[in-house]
Amino acid sequence: MLAESIVIIGVNHKTAPVAVREKLAFSGDCSGPLVTLMHIEGCRECCFLSTCNRVEVIFVASDPAAAAVAVRGFLFAKSGLSDAEAQQYSYLHQGRDAVSHLYHVAASLDSMVVGEPQILGQLKQAYREAVEQKTTGVILNRLLHKSFSVAKRVRTETNIGGSAVSISYAAVELAKKIFGNLRDKSVLLVGAGEMAELAAEHLVRQGIGRVIVANRTLERAAKLARRFNGTAVGLAELTSQLAEVDILVSSTGATDLILRKDEVKPLMRQRMNRPLFLIDIAVPRDLDPELNDLDNVYLYDIDDLKNVVDVNKAEREKEALRAEGIVAEEVIKFGQWLEGMELAPTITAIRQKANGIREAEVAKTLGVLKSLSENERRSVEMLANAIVNKLLHEPMVFLKNSTPHDNPQLKLAFVRQLFGLDNNESSDQ
Amino acid sequence: MTLLFQLTLFLYLLATAVYVAHFLSQQKKVRAVARAMLLVGGILHTVYFVVRYVAAGHTPLTSSHEAVSFFAWSMTWAFLSFWWRYRVKSPLISLLMLIAAFSSQEIRPLAPALKSNWLPVHASIAIMANGFMALAFCGGVMYLLQEREIKKKKFGIFYSRLPSLEALDNLNQHCLTLGFLLLTLGIVTGSVWAKQAWGAYWQWDPKETWSLITWLIYAAILHQRLTVGWRRRRAAIMAIAGFGAVLFTFWGVTYLLGGVHSYVG
Repeated sequence: MLAESIVIIGVNHKTAPVAVREKLAFSGDCSGPLVTLMHIEGCRECCFLSTCNRVEVIFVASDPAAAAVAVRGFLFAKSGLSDAEAQQYSYLHQGRDAVSHLYHVAASLDSMVVGEPQILGQLKQAYREAVEQKTTGVILNRLLHKSFSVAKRVRTETNIGGSAVSISYAAVELAKKIFGNLRDKSVLLVGAGEMAELAAEHLVRQGIGRVIVANRTLERAAKLARRFNGTAVGLAELTSQLAEVDILVSSTGATDLILRKDEVKPLMRQRMNRPLFLIDIAVPRDLDPELNDLDNVYLYDIDDLKNVVDVNKAEREKEALRAEGIVAEEVIKFGQWLEGMELAPTITAIRQKANGIREAEVAKTLGVLKSLSENERRSVEMLANAIVNKLLHEPMVFLKNSTPHDNPQLKLAFVRQLFGLDNNESSDQ
Repeated sequence: MTLLFQLTLFLYLLATAVYVAHFLSQQKKVRAVARAMLLVGGILHTVYFVVRYVAAGHTPLTSSHEAVSFFAWSMTWAFLSFWWRYRVKSPLISLLMLIAAFSSQEIRPLAPALKSNWLPVHASIAIMANGFMALAFCGGVMYLLQEREIKKKKFGIFYSRLPSLEALDNLNQHCLTLGFLLLTLGIVTGSVWAKQAWGAYWQWDPKETWSLITWLIYAAILHQRLTVGWRRRRAAIMAIAGFGAVLFTFWGVTYLLGGVHSYVG
């Protein structure tokens, strides 16, 4: 069976710890691995994907079992692990399972953070390099293109990448819901901890206008401020700065509250009621919980943000289930195409198509020529039959005869295209 | 002509239904369909006005049906021209058209006092002001819904579907400013026309009085916004409250208080 010749061997964050993955990390371009892989006996097509969470080889081989051993040997060549260990850390999918696995990877259903979009770009890059090295053919070309369109379908038809699943990103998303565009907004970081840094990084990436850092030790503040092209101030200036900024991220190690409701209330008038988004990621908390009662002040502490993230994660899992349905549907479609890519079904399909046309045309003609006798009618039918058979004869011979240098898939794909056998489904390549 | 009106109404209702479907499903294609329907509805509505103008021989803004229908028309075009993602206003257009549908559609001879070039100017400006105030009202409602979810930290169906608070506040300010400008113009033109028709600029007719009250309310809202910073939440509440005054001036006065201005009935 043709389907069984498609194989994926790989290692990902689920099957192997980072200590193993880093040993087989391939850096730089894929042309080296691709060339090596194509030298494996019986390997007809291949594509090589390497990211920080996974290394995968997708290939089509005439003798899949033998090729699989060789491919695994290549993957683990630098690791010093035995083949038994290598088998334990890696996975092998064949046929429909392989198609399904690739669709999962492309649609980011197999990612560490389900729904994160980078993997699709990495897969596209891997495919591009394989095309440049001419290591893909009829089957992988279609399979990879289909995996891209499956990923696109999942992204548009489900909400899988919809909402933030990390605390710092959830904070940024909230900020955007409150302020819209962040370009003319400013953020004040109080305390220069790691979480504050991460949140600031996200905000800067979203184009926040200005970063101000306030810290107990001015030196540390200045260092962080430099990173974001911002300004550093002392903690004493907190309230005066608060009259200006739009977002405050607090993460000090203070044991007591550093900002109370009574201190902010008069500031809101001074701010002309411009909204203030307070993010408290410190434990114990820095900001008075009652601040949220003030009009146009929005206070989120670490637990609130965690709740947002949990809700979003649950939402993603629900969406992932819907995505599974799409993947299953597309795997069946690809299976049908693969089945058609054999000799016998292609011949049947050509005959069916030709017979369909013949019957329709004969019926149309006989419908007009009502005066014909029974014999004459039979002659017309025979005429049509003869034309169809004679026209199809040469293509059939071409299909059935194979010389040793032929690529059977290429030939089938060519004939199927010539007769428009796969035209009923949209071609989105 | 009735058919034209009914077709417009039907398209508006359909567009509303499709907008609601888009709001729930968040499919971009659905929104495009809704927008196209609304656009076709708006064009038909325009044609309807032209036809009615030709049939009546004067600007068709003299009966309740015409006024409400024009109200809906100006909202449709205000909505379409914003080219933004505000969805919930559409139902309001349909509602207005429904009211218009139930109002008498016959073309009546023009009252002598209305025979003037001021008719199209004054009536259309005044009603367009109402259209903008209605948009500000919708923006206010959306603001409060969105703000509630962010404040309570419970994200329901509105959080992901409505625009950011800032965008809604901008919409609010934009509509209030333009609406206020039109309202002022409406009152001024009305006053000039009143001098011609009734001999006095201002005679404390209920319609005039309530227009003034509405104007004062919106003047206060804008003043407070610019000086003391009545923005955001409070501005949203005020826009909703102010629209109450608009509605009362538009209908309440005619049906409850009467007065010389009550041609529309």
